[in-house]
Amino acid sequence: MATAQPGLWKRHEIFEKNSIILLIGALIVVAIGGLVEITPLFYLKSTVEAVEGVRPYTPLELAGRNIYIREGCYLCHSQMVRPMRDEIERYGHFSLAAESMYDHPFQWGSKRTGPDLARVGGKYSDQWHREHLIDPRAVVPASIMPAYGFLDRPLDADAIADDLKANRALGVPYTDEMIALARTDLKAQLDPDGSGAAELQRRYPGATIRDFGGDKTKAAEIDALIAYLQVLGTMVDFKIYEDKKNLR
Amino acid sequence: MAAAPVPKHMTEGEVGLGLTLLVGALLCGLASARAVDAPFGIHMNLFALAGLAGIAGILKRYEGRPALAPPQEIDGRPNYNLGPVKFASIAAMAWGIAGFLVGCIIAFQLWAPALNLGLEYTGFGRLRPLHTSAVIFAFGGNVLIGTSLYVVQRTCRARLAGDLAPWFVVLGYNLFIVIAGTGYLMGVTQSKEYAEPEWYADLWLTIVWITYLVVFLATLWKRNEPHIFVANWFYLAFIVTIAMLHVVNNLALPVTVFGSKSYPIFAGVQDALIQWWYGHNAVGFFLTAGFLAIMYYFVPKRAERPIYSYRLSIIHFWALIFMYIWAGPHHLHYTALPDWAQTLGMTFSIMLWMPSWGGMINGLMTLSGAWDKLRTDPVLRFMVVSLAFYGMATFEGPMMSIKAVNALSHYTDWTIGHVHSGALGWVAYISFGALYCLVPWLWNRREVYSLKLVEWHFWISTLGIVLYITSMWVAGIMQGLMWRAYNALGFLEYSFVETVEAMQPYYLVRALGGVLFLIGALIMAYNLAMTIAGKTSAASEPLVDTLPGSAGLAPAE
Amino acid sequence: MTYESAAAFAQTSGLIYFVGIFTAVCLYAFWPRNRARFDAAAHLPLIED
Repeated sequence: MATAQPGLWKRHEIFEKNSIILLIGALIVVAIGGLVEITPLFYLKSTVEAVEGVRPYTPLELAGRNIYIREGCYLCHSQMVRPMRDEIERYGHFSLAAESMYDHPFQWGSKRTGPDLARVGGKYSDQWHREHLIDPRAVVPASIMPAYGFLDRPLDADAIADDLKANRALGVPYTDEMIALARTDLKAQLDPDGSGAAELQRRYPGATIRDFGGDKTKAAEIDALIAYLQVLGTMVDFKIYEDKKNLR
Repeated sequence: MAAAPVPKHMTEGEVGLGLTLLVGALLCGLASARAVDAPFGIHMNLFALAGLAGIAGILKRYEGRPALAPPQEIDGRPNYNLGPVKFASIAAMAWGIAGFLVGCIIAFQLWAPALNLGLEYTGFGRLRPLHTSAVIFAFGGNVLIGTSLYVVQRTCRARLAGDLAPWFVVLGYNLFIVIAGTGYLMGVTQSKEYAEPEWYADLWLTIVWITYLVVFLATLWKRNEPHIFVANWFYLAFIVTIAMLHVVNNLALPVTVFGSKSYPIFAGVQDALIQWWYGHNAVGFFLTAGFLAIMYYFVPKRAERPIYSYRLSIIHFWALIFMYIWAGPHHLHYTALPDWAQTLGMTFSIMLWMPSWGGMINGLMTLSGAWDKLRTDPVLRFMVVSLAFYGMATFEGPMMSIKAVNALSHYTDWTIGHVHSGALGWVAYISFGALYCLVPWLWNRREVYSLKLVEWHFWISTLGIVLYITSMWVAGIMQGLMWRAYNALGFLEYSFVETVEAMQPYYLVRALGGVLFLIGALIMAYNLAMTIAGKTSAASEPLVDTLPGSAGLAPAE
Repeated sequence: MTYESAAAFAQTSGLIYFVGIFTAVCLYAFWPRNRARFDAAAHLPLIED
């Protein structure tokens, strides 16, 4: 080829044939595999239709979730109970696709240096979580979790409404009311006797409203994180698995 | 050069890039003033400073350069552009040591949690992405960019396309690394493994990566060889696929353009599948295809014989890139992902075994008839052992993708061991081999400073890998078995924390293995620094003549 | 489009596509006339200049 057309390779053509074939060929080969696997998922009912009880996170839970992400908790804790006897007995009902349908991003994780947290909500008291986060070894002597004492600082969530707005733009069903009152709701979730509690409960059915072991007048990062941990796996009501006699 | 002085002008590229950097720096400066969170402000200032430094660099270079652009050829030989390759080589070595060091630190943190220090910047959760990104993207990425810009020139027999563009690629890429790494320490992450950097860092990487693709393609277009050498196929597939994966997996909506936080556009199951489609193919195309390109150039070059079968390399290429892309769902076995997608992922993972071993055999058999070189040349030995580790990891991987095995191995340290047999044994070893070849070629030295030290590096790091992998195998399988163990009464035998306690001795052995690997890399850095400095070691002299010398092949700059 | 039809279409077309690509690549690699070209290409890294 080169000898037949000696000038061909020196002309710096914009579309040199072989390299473009290679480029397009490789791109087609790699693009189609992904499309074939991923596209059907967007038509799958179990991934796009809500299950009774699954609701968007409250502003406080969302702020806590962002702390969970910021601190890299997902690197050691999964949030995906597989349908195996030991996992179901250890953690609870296996995870449903719908339970993470509002999770931008998903937090299934890939490693269990610590236990799965998909159903940790309600298993321990707020005080336990607080002590455990601040000094894990004070509560679980053999734990290797880092200490998160620094989370006992004010939560900066003045712009939490913007976070709700971004989530709504991506398909999470936050209403105008939820966005407008996001900051109020965030504070209201810490105070069960406050004036905003009933309204919050109406907007986010089933939300836990209490001080999460902290100061109900000042939201700390650790309060938000505990609020998030306490909601994990509790939105869907698995009555049949309430019998926890086999759990250690 | 002509006797008559040529008036010196700034090129369009110099003016254009300079102005673009100026505008970019100004915009970043404005953004930092309006930043809603501290890390975003710091990063915008960093971008602005980098832009100004880039402008200063362009001016300084203009001052010192001759009026004419560097010639494409000198005396009929291509005038290779090696500056960016040199930078990437040194950066790779420096980032490698940083990445291995952080890896050792987090390994010790798992053994002694007090080492987390209770500070937000030093906890495991923030350092772990720093480790993975430093070794994969900073060390591995610089090796890939450096070698690809070298190999594409040599096998096309043409000078690298572009004047400032190659520099923009290597410097811009390393700026991305700095932004990503400092971001992790400050808690800026979108929590997608191996794709943690936030939206603005992702945008910047996209710009750099597209420039990289253009430079690579344009060099192919300049080639003086009719055929595109197969190593370049692998590099091209790596560059294109990473671009696609990066863009799709990082689609996100920033909360505000003046803040670091964004929300990925996908949620739940879709987000999980797209993330592991990305994650698995980052392994397939960044850590496999790219490094196979290195294998296809550096192994034949060092062994001084052509690749065993060029035809096999073609089938290897297409089969590998075809099959890899399907295997991602094996990261999501037994999850809420539909069954057929899991089975498809498992099937293709097992099929992947064939092209992987085809490639390994192709590389190993290149040495047939010259096996004695393994005894005398530790650099070649690094590359051959890397192929052996590649074969091992690509056998273990398909095995772990079988659902029944995965049920046991998933979520355990077995996965960590598997990843490191590939990362340390394959990726790092082929990179070490390539750097030991490349540095003497780039700086016109006959050989590395000391082959004795290469021997030391080889044996110390190999011992480190063995400690690492075996401890993680034992730990992982034990962990998996303990989680599912039942006692005679039908209750779970162990609480979770008992399984954590059982890991302690293995975590220590693993950390010590990592330290040995780090020591090896420090020896290498010293060796390469002495090579660049032009020192020769008495110990290596007698060996040089028996080795594939590079004296005659010093490339013209 | 329902999920079932999307999945069925994806699976069938994926299989045909896979067989097609693999055949084409093998033909290209083993086509007798390409032999000399590939042998020359294999020596590319070893040429010095």
